[in-house]
Amino acid sequence: MWTGARGRRRAQGIRHELCTRAERYRGPVAATETNQTIEAVWRIEAARVIAGVARLVGDLGLAEELAQDALVAALEQWPSEGVPRNPGAWLTTTAKRRAIDQIRRRERFERSLPDLVVPETAETTDFDAVLQEEPIPDDLLRLIFTACHPVLSAEARVALTLRLLGGLTTDEIARAFLVPSPTIGQRISRAKKTLAEARVPFELPVGADRTERLDSVLEVIYLIFNEGYSATAGDDWLRPALCEEALRLGRILAGLMPAEPEVHGLVALLEIQASRTPARTGPSGEPILLLEQDRRRWDRLLISRGLAALQKAEALGGGTYTLQAAIAACHARARTAEETDWAEIAALYARLAERAPSPVVELNRAVAVSMAEGPVAGLAVLEPLLAEPALRHYHLLPSVRGDLLARLGRAPEAKAEFERAAELTRNERERILLLDRAAACD
Amino acid sequence: MRYMLVHKLDDKDPAAWSPTPEFMGRMGAFMEEANKAGVLLAGEGLRPTAEGAAKVDVKEGKATVVDGPFAEAKEVIAGFAILQVRDRAEAVEWATRFGEMFDTVEIEIRRVAEFSDFA
Repeated sequence: MWTGARGRRRAQGIRHELCTRAERYRGPVAATETNQTIEAVWRIEAARVIAGVARLVGDLGLAEELAQDALVAALEQWPSEGVPRNPGAWLTTTAKRRAIDQIRRRERFERSLPDLVVPETAETTDFDAVLQEEPIPDDLLRLIFTACHPVLSAEARVALTLRLLGGLTTDEIARAFLVPSPTIGQRISRAKKTLAEARVPFELPVGADRTERLDSVLEVIYLIFNEGYSATAGDDWLRPALCEEALRLGRILAGLMPAEPEVHGLVALLEIQASRTPARTGPSGEPILLLEQDRRRWDRLLISRGLAALQKAEALGGGTYTLQAAIAACHARARTAEETDWAEIAALYARLAERAPSPVVELNRAVAVSMAEGPVAGLAVLEPLLAEPALRHYHLLPSVRGDLLARLGRAPEAKAEFERAAELTRNERERILLLDRAAACD
Repeated sequence: MRYMLVHKLDDKDPAAWSPTPEFMGRMGAFMEEANKAGVLLAGEGLRPTAEGAAKVDVKEGKATVVDGPFAEAKEVIAGFAILQVRDRAEAVEWATRFGEMFDTVEIEIRRVAEFSDFA
């Protein structure tokens, strides 16, 4: 039995413990429900947990392992003890505690070595402060920039980003990219090794480096989106889900870097492209061209989000993603294909060609000019491209040229172009379509 | 996939519809978190049915308009949010976090129909 001040303190302590418990834990749920909750919490929080620990240990591979340890602890404890009120903070604190244990063990080990062997004194860390601090948004941004570091190949960046920021498993990434699971596993472990060997610091890029590093991040998000966008009917559902994942990453990045025009530009481009998903394929999975799509199927919510993001991007100065988004927006604003503002699209392609000259952009400009001013004007833009080596095997060049010639009634020339395009395309459906058009020229 | 969270409050309880500045602060922080997590696509809060509500009832093709407040209703829709999440459990988790800001609230979690649902 407790007596005196000490006993009262003890009793108050228990009462305090009881009410904080009610504050700190959610109400009871079934065990299976708890496991689903843990999975969902993990997907929402994994990136932030890894990022918080990575700043402490400076190594992505180790940070991921420690975060996984915290997940295992949650799987062991939450079903019996209940889900904490702030499950993300619980995971982060648990993972950081393990990190601190590791650092202390290493320090003890190093202290036990003769002075000559220890290369440098470990920096002192205020561990209590580390455990109590609020999550730092910059941590997440550091994680994004490190996973997308240009020292890694594009495919390694993509895999590492999906794993660390998307919370996807190796198997899921493999299924989404139609490659064997061990390939992705190796790609990820090699990427972590490369980052460690190159001593890539867990820091935000500054100065001249920054633009290149941001380009690298945006490229990764765009690659993930395009992989999902190229999914066809019958593919694993994880493939089209890559589009949603890329959009989520883009939106997160826009929240973390609100002053970067091209982040909003990329988000705008992805939102508007994604808005067409329900209209892009026919009942038997056949692709439907933009101008032939049923625009009532376009996702209005994504379009309005895309247009809002575009407005932000343009107000901040824009860039090549912003210009591409502006072109996509011209289509999104047109209620029917006939209402498309082709003069505006042609002007945007001209600006895009100035900033990022490319024969493919020029080819697109030729199409827009032909729609705005007629086939003769389009052919004039196309003319210099006929000598372009990069387009020599590109089926869309003869296909576009054939279309313009046909509109001018130059049937024999048009026929030859469609036949050439049919030879060059690798898509069977498209080949049949082009041969049909060639036959129609007779 | 997309889910809609619909939360309901007591239509007759004035306190439920005039949140304290502290509550507004917490709600703002939550919405920002959901937005920054890339999951919140859209969302709005609604006023109680005494303020500008109406109901259109159609019976056998004939429409009747009834103005608010809705006398028979207790719990009415107080707001909605459309979330882009990877599965239902994630939507439930966001709904739980949202709900924990209130003392008493009911939140419905509904999957938004997609074109493929009708194919």
